[in-house]
Amino acid sequence: MASLKVYIVRRVLLAIPMIFILLSIVFLIMRVAGDPVSAILGGHAPQEQIEQIKQQLGLNKPIIFQFFGYIGQLLRGNLGRSLIWGQRPVVNEIWDHFPATLELSISAFLISIIIGIFTGTVAATHRNRFLDHTFRLYGIITYGLFIPWIGIMLQLLFGVYLGLLPIGGRIGTLMEPKSITGLYVLDSLLTLNFDSLVSAIKHLILPSVTLGVYLSGIYTRLTRTHLMETLEKDFIKAARARGLSERAVIYKHGLKNAFIPILTMMGLQFALLLVGAVLTEITFSWPGMGTLLFERITYRDFTTVQGIIVFFALIVVTVNLLVDIIYAYIDPRIRY
Amino acid sequence: MVEIKYSPSKFIVSKLKSICPRKGTEYFALIGFIIILSIILMAIFAPFIAPYNPIKKVGGILEEPNGRFILGTDGLGRDIFSRIIFGARTAISVTFLAVIISLSFGVLLGLLSGYIGGKFDSIFSLVMDAIYSFPGLILAIVLSAMLGPGILNTAIAIAVIYTPTYFRMVRGLVLSLKESLFVEAARAIGAKDRTIVFKYIFPNVISSVPIVLSLNAADAVLTLAALSFLGLGLPAPTPDWGFDLKAGHAYLASKIWWPSTFPGLMIVILTLGFSLLGEGINEILTPELRR
Repeated sequence: MASLKVYIVRRVLLAIPMIFILLSIVFLIMRVAGDPVSAILGGHAPQEQIEQIKQQLGLNKPIIFQFFGYIGQLLRGNLGRSLIWGQRPVVNEIWDHFPATLELSISAFLISIIIGIFTGTVAATHRNRFLDHTFRLYGIITYGLFIPWIGIMLQLLFGVYLGLLPIGGRIGTLMEPKSITGLYVLDSLLTLNFDSLVSAIKHLILPSVTLGVYLSGIYTRLTRTHLMETLEKDFIKAARARGLSERAVIYKHGLKNAFIPILTMMGLQFALLLVGAVLTEITFSWPGMGTLLFERITYRDFTTVQGIIVFFALIVVTVNLLVDIIYAYIDPRIRY
Repeated sequence: MVEIKYSPSKFIVSKLKSICPRKGTEYFALIGFIIILSIILMAIFAPFIAPYNPIKKVGGILEEPNGRFILGTDGLGRDIFSRIIFGARTAISVTFLAVIISLSFGVLLGLLSGYIGGKFDSIFSLVMDAIYSFPGLILAIVLSAMLGPGILNTAIAIAVIYTPTYFRMVRGLVLSLKESLFVEAARAIGAKDRTIVFKYIFPNVISSVPIVLSLNAADAVLTLAALSFLGLGLPAPTPDWGFDLKAGHAYLASKIWWPSTFPGLMIVILTLGFSLLGEGINEILTPELRR
């Protein structure tokens, strides 16, 4: 396994320039594409107020000093302080909102995989027949769905007309379970708080179905293509020749082997999951990172916005790194 | 009299027959094409189709769909049907602008980066990969918040996140074409680099663009809708599907469904048109996938 270790080290080292470039892009966008001072104050602020903000943000220094100052602060894990509401450290703001995003993403991810693998398997085993075309169309349509619209339609049906589920928020008022992990469903299970559990699950259903359905189309297509490919391999013929039932051939031999490429593609779709989560959160007033980002852009809280983007960049690079390493572990042919 | 063997009508019929879809998936492309064409026509002829001025109060506030206002009115008493028709202008113009910008920059940089190679190539590839791996919408949100509202600014914000798609595709193709025989032959007879890139490599690259372009346009429609849903698209009275959807969202709890349902439906239909077209072209151009 020495070569795997070498691979991991190389891959981690390669992630560093990637992070550096992402951080530079963020810096460029925030400082060059727009003027943060006028973004914060609006166009017509008095001169001394402009100077004060510039002083506060360190904008009166030359741009190259600003850049290294920013990188230096980041290396120390300091994302600065929010410009509004008691000027809390941005890191705290992020940690307050991240569990909500994580909870939504996990449940939506599970829903999308279950739907996707099921529909993809049915499509692959009914090649060029009615069900195949139906689920291929499902794959195309879901990918083109606009998350806020789907969310609003579900809110209308299940929230407004049927009155079954809440249309926004994360849990009923004053029902938050004691915080252990920050994931409400898990926390209320751990503290055996069943009222909170029911409320948390009820609030979670519509947002995660919205995001889950949107993402499921991709997994339908992935499962269909990879399973079709696998089902043409020799070992499938061999399994059939041994007289295994069609069910066993498809599920035990086909799907199991098709799963590796599907798994890696899931990692690559991670950015899509984040984007989807941002839109879903805003539609459902879900108090996660997306809502935080949107709220702070509206209030022109420039440092928090920058911090959130940096955080997203770090997550994306880390997940891509992990996926590559897992893939290299599963498939020994992949080495540099 | 000379017999006319190929009458124009016969010619047209045979042409039509040849583009007529025969397989299920070829219908995808046709349906997609029809959707896009009708929305483009809707955008061009908006003033003739729309019954009312889309930015003026023409009826009561939040009137249900009725004989006068077939899709009802919004919170400011404006005709939703007219706003949807004019909204097609926003969607089509921003999408096309964004696609054209990202296509030109992506293809050009991809050609240069792939052909020149070396440090130049490594730096550009790394930057493009970084943008590519980052969640696109989030980048677009921050960019358009910093650039401010407007057609061009929104298009730029969207174009930035799609440039790497073209860059990566073109660069990959250039890297393999660079070593091919006809390029070597051109070099051997003393063709300049510029001639090789634009006369020999470029035509071979551009044929792979339509599929990517179509799927990309579908994404761009969604990104634009998301930006305007967040209030970062065009300035306020402009008819814009995403913005109208957001405005309609506020009335949801009082069972007022029409101001949000219809603009959102248009977003989905246009996106679907581009995705179907992309899928269809993909199937037609790469028959080995069809099997």
